[in-house]
Amino acid sequence: MQRLKFFIPLLAFVALAGLLWRGLYLDPAELPSMLIDKPMPTFAMTTVEGETIDNDDLPDEMFLLNVWGSYCLPCLVEHPTFMRLSEEGEIPVVGVNYRDRKNLAQDWLLDNGDPFQFSILDESGRFGIDLGVYGAPETYLVDKDGVIRYRHVSVLDESVWQEEFLPAIEQLRAESN
Amino acid sequence: MKNLLLMSYPLVRTVMLVLVFSAGVLIFNSPALGQVDTFEFDTTEQQERFRQLSNELRCPMCQNTNLSGSTGGVAEDLRREVHRMIMEGMTNAEIEQFMFERYGDFIFYRPRLRAETLLLWFGPLIFLIIGGLVAYSISRRAKSVDETDSHLDSSQQERLQELLHKRS
Repeated sequence: MQRLKFFIPLLAFVALAGLLWRGLYLDPAELPSMLIDKPMPTFAMTTVEGETIDNDDLPDEMFLLNVWGSYCLPCLVEHPTFMRLSEEGEIPVVGVNYRDRKNLAQDWLLDNGDPFQFSILDESGRFGIDLGVYGAPETYLVDKDGVIRYRHVSVLDESVWQEEFLPAIEQLRAESN
Repeated sequence: MKNLLLMSYPLVRTVMLVLVFSAGVLIFNSPALGQVDTFEFDTTEQQERFRQLSNELRCPMCQNTNLSGSTGGVAEDLRREVHRMIMEGMTNAEIEQFMFERYGDFIFYRPRLRAETLLLWFGPLIFLIIGGLVAYSISRRAKSVDETDSHLDSSQQERLQELLHKRS
């Protein structure tokens, strides 16, 4: 027993080293969202196309809310994934055009294709604050009751879709049944 | 001509470059220049509160900068919101609650005292106490060794002499 005591510092060192080692591989940009399991913030705004919209215009089923901007290069990287999801009817996608200019946003959608049912025009970034956004791209998974269930920061490519979103969607579907 | 001559020494040139570079870093990193937008206030008290809040709220995008020192888009928006809320007569507590509901504890450089932040606040104190206890027990043991083990009774003395003689 007395001899075991000599190993306490070693154990403490190993524990601390393990903790710090793990810390090296954590992404500091992955901040927890405060809106998980909270309803979508209420809004009454216009789309990039100029139609007025509010919460009632959101899809009645589970959907993705993607924060994008024409200035945002990573958004271009994840764009093919959203095009595929919307073309194949896998899940509806709603856009939030964040801190952009209306005409630039319209041009971007014309040039690259429009995967969104509609894009909420948030030129001032005020709606982004209510969502707790800190920069495009970010993607939220919203359930059929309009409650935010998951948030992904930065690019949502096919591998993120497979590894993070599909399991999350699966789980939500299982819960609601 | 003399100046030119001086500049041709590699060491002098390097030192000069470093000086110019660090001056640039100092000037362009200062919080005063980070913030480019201007706000108007009715009273100096409001202005002081704005200064204080934007110094103590963290920019969510550029993580080690406060709102006042950041040129990031979301920091600009949040400064505008802080200004709006101050002008609407909201208290600091209400403004902090607004930020907390959207960005969580991360937004505060001084996180609130909550169950989730207890370890953050008191962790260092716990480690200090553990360290203190270890240091105390070591010093106590050292003292007790000093007091008890230094004297030999007569039989031990005899044995000691015997060993010493055997050696020589």
